[in-house]
Amino acid sequence: MTVSTPRPTPTAPEAEPKATTSYREAVREAIRAAMRADERVFLMGEDVGRYGGCYAVSMGLLEEFGEERIRDTPLSESAFVGAGIGAAMNGMRPIVEIMTVNFSLLALDQILNNAATILHMSGGQLNVPVVIRIATGGGRQLAAQHSHSLEGWYAHIPGIKVAVPGTVEDAGGMLAPALADPDPVLIFENALLYNGSGPAPDAARPVDLVHAAVRRAGADVSLLTYGGSLHKTLDAAEALEAEGIDAEVVDLRMLRPLDDATILSSVARTHRVVIVDEGWRSGGISAELAARIAERAFFDLEVPPERVCSAEVPLPYAKHMEEAALPSAERIIAAARKVMGRHG
Amino acid sequence: MSAAAKHPATHTVTHTAQLATGLPAELTREHAHELLLDMLRVRRMEERCAELYQATKIRGFLHLYVGEEAVAAGAMRALTTEDAVVATYREHGHALIRGVPMESILAEMYGKQEGCCRGRGGSMHLFDADTRFYGGNAIVAGGLPLAVGLALADKLQGRRRVTACFFGDGAVAEGEFHESMNLAALWQLPVLFLCENNLYGMGTGIERAQSETHLALKAAAYRVPAWDVDGMDVLATEDTARKAAEAVREGGGPHFVEFRTYRFRAHSMFDPELYRDKAEVATWKERDPIALFRARLRGADLLGDEEDAELEALAADEVERAVAFAEAGTWEDVAELERFVYSDPVASEEVAR
Repeated sequence: MTVSTPRPTPTAPEAEPKATTSYREAVREAIRAAMRADERVFLMGEDVGRYGGCYAVSMGLLEEFGEERIRDTPLSESAFVGAGIGAAMNGMRPIVEIMTVNFSLLALDQILNNAATILHMSGGQLNVPVVIRIATGGGRQLAAQHSHSLEGWYAHIPGIKVAVPGTVEDAGGMLAPALADPDPVLIFENALLYNGSGPAPDAARPVDLVHAAVRRAGADVSLLTYGGSLHKTLDAAEALEAEGIDAEVVDLRMLRPLDDATILSSVARTHRVVIVDEGWRSGGISAELAARIAERAFFDLEVPPERVCSAEVPLPYAKHMEEAALPSAERIIAAARKVMGRHG
Repeated sequence: MSAAAKHPATHTVTHTAQLATGLPAELTREHAHELLLDMLRVRRMEERCAELYQATKIRGFLHLYVGEEAVAAGAMRALTTEDAVVATYREHGHALIRGVPMESILAEMYGKQEGCCRGRGGSMHLFDADTRFYGGNAIVAGGLPLAVGLALADKLQGRRRVTACFFGDGAVAEGEFHESMNLAALWQLPVLFLCENNLYGMGTGIERAQSETHLALKAAAYRVPAWDVDGMDVLATEDTARKAAEAVREGGGPHFVEFRTYRFRAHSMFDPELYRDKAEVATWKERDPIALFRARLRGADLLGDEEDAELEALAADEVERAVAFAEAGTWEDVAELERFVYSDPVASEEVAR
C-alpha cells in the first residue's frame, strides 16, 4: 500500500498560504510548546528520551527539557500509565506515550479501572487530567501484535475521551485542548501518518475535542472516516468525482464523544453513507455509527449504509495479505458505487 | 545510571516480628488511649456493618477488616495531613482512621448521596479529597501504580510528602506490584508500601500462591528497604511505620513494611470459609490486637475500668450517630445518573471551528 499525500482542509478557504510541517513534527512541536508553557507538563514512556521516541516524535526534547521531564520508563505499561494517572490526580499534567496500541492492553487495567472511573467512583471529587498518546494502525508489515486499530474499543468506555487526529493540524492542535481537559484523553496517532505533511497547527486557530470536520464537501454520498483512513478516503472521493459522484468526507476527529450533529446533518444532505474504519467490523466503531444513523436518520437514507473495515483476521505479515485486509481507496470507491446504485 | 549506583540500599529485611511484652517507657496514657480508641472505632463500626448487611441496608461486596485493625491504627500515625493514602477494597478502617467521618462512610455504604462518594462508590471505593484518601481500589494491586504517580508528582513539585499505599499479600503476586516496586525504586519516589499480609488472597493460602512467602524479601530484591513486623501489635506497627515513613520523607526513596496479620472474619459476606480450619482462626483470635493491647495497658496501669468503658462508649456513640446519619440520608435523583462521567464542560471546548 502507499501512503497517501495529505492535502489542505478543503472547507476553510485559505486567506494566506500556511506553513507546512510533518505530522511527527507537529506532535513534537505541540509537546514542546506545552512543556514550555506549563511546568506541570511532562512526557513519560518507553524510549521517549535518549532514543528519541520509537517513531522519533520526541527527538530532541530530552536535550531541551532534561530527564526529569522527558522520562524514559522501564517496560512497565501498567505502572507508568498508572503513574501518569496518579501524577495527574496530584497536580501534574502528564503526557504518557504508549509505543503501540497492542501494548496498551498491558495498561488496560489502569486506563479502564482507574482513569475512566475515578471521577465517577469518587462522586465527582477527583479529576484525572492525563493525556495518553498511543501509536495505532497497520500497513507496515508488523503483523498481529503491532498493527491493530483498537481506538474503537477504547471509545466503548465512558469516562475517557478518544481523539483520532487524521490531519497534521489536528496531530499537533489536539494536544493543547487535551492537556486543558480535566478528564483523561487518549490520542491515537496512526503510525503511517507520521511522515505525512500538511498545514501546520495554528495557535491563532485552535482546534477542539468536540466536533467532526467536513474535509471535503459533497452532495451524493457521505464517507465517514478518521485517522489513518482519512487520506485513503479523500483519495477515493477524488477518484469518484471523475465518475461524477460528488462525495462528502467527514473526518470524525473524536470517537468519544461522537459528534452526532455533524454526522447526521451530512447524512441528511446526501442520503447515502459509507463508513470507513481500520478497526474490525464486528462490534466496532463502524457498527456504532451505523446504529446511530439507523436510529436517528433511518428515513433520510435512500439505501442501507455500507462499511469498509479491516478483514476479520489478526493482521498478517505478508504484504499482499495485509493490503487485502486493510481498507483501501479501491474498496471505498466500490462501496460508494454500490450505495449510488452503480456497479462494475 | 542504575538505581544501585545512586542508592546502595540494603538487600536485607529488618525483622521486628517478635511478640513484644512490656511497654515502651515513652508511651503516654493519652497516646495509648488514642490507639485503642481507633481500633475500637473500626471494630465496632464494622461489627455494625455486618449486621446492617444482614439487614440488607448495605449491599454489594463487604470486606471486613476485623482482626487487622492494629495495622491501619498504627501505620496511619506515621502520616501527616499533607500525605496521601491509597488503600484497597478492605478500607473502611483506613478511611476512618485517616479522618473520613464515620457518618460519611456509613452513608456511602448505604448508597446515600450524603456518602463520601454520593453513593457512587460503595464499600469498596471510598474516596475523600479532603483527607487525601485516594480509594478504595477493588482491583488487587491496581492502587500501586497510582501511588507511584502521586509520589512522582510530589517529587517533581518538590513537596516533602509521603504517599502511603496499603495492599494485601494477594497483590504481591500481581505484575503491577513488581512494576510499581521497580519504578518507585528506580526513580527513588516517596512511596511507603504497606503490605497487609493476612495469609490469604480470598480463599487461597499464601503458601499456595507465593513461591517465596516472606514478602519483604521481594521488596528487598528491588533494593527497597523492607521490614517485617507483627501486625497484631499496634505499638510495633506504629513504630515501624514511623521509621519507614520518616526515611521516605527524608528522601530515602520507597520503603516497604510487611505486616503479619490475620483476618478474623470471612473474606466477604459471601464467603463460607471452607478453606481454613476453625482451629487456625481460633489460634489467631488469641492474638486479637485489641485484646492484646488492652491487656498490656491494663497490666501497666495505663487503662482503668472507667477509662476502658469510656472508650467503648465513645466508639459506640459514634457508630450510633453514623447509622442514624446514614438512615436519614437521601437517594440521589436518578436524573443525576450520568453526572461525574466527565467533568463540567470547560470553556475551551467552545472555541470556534
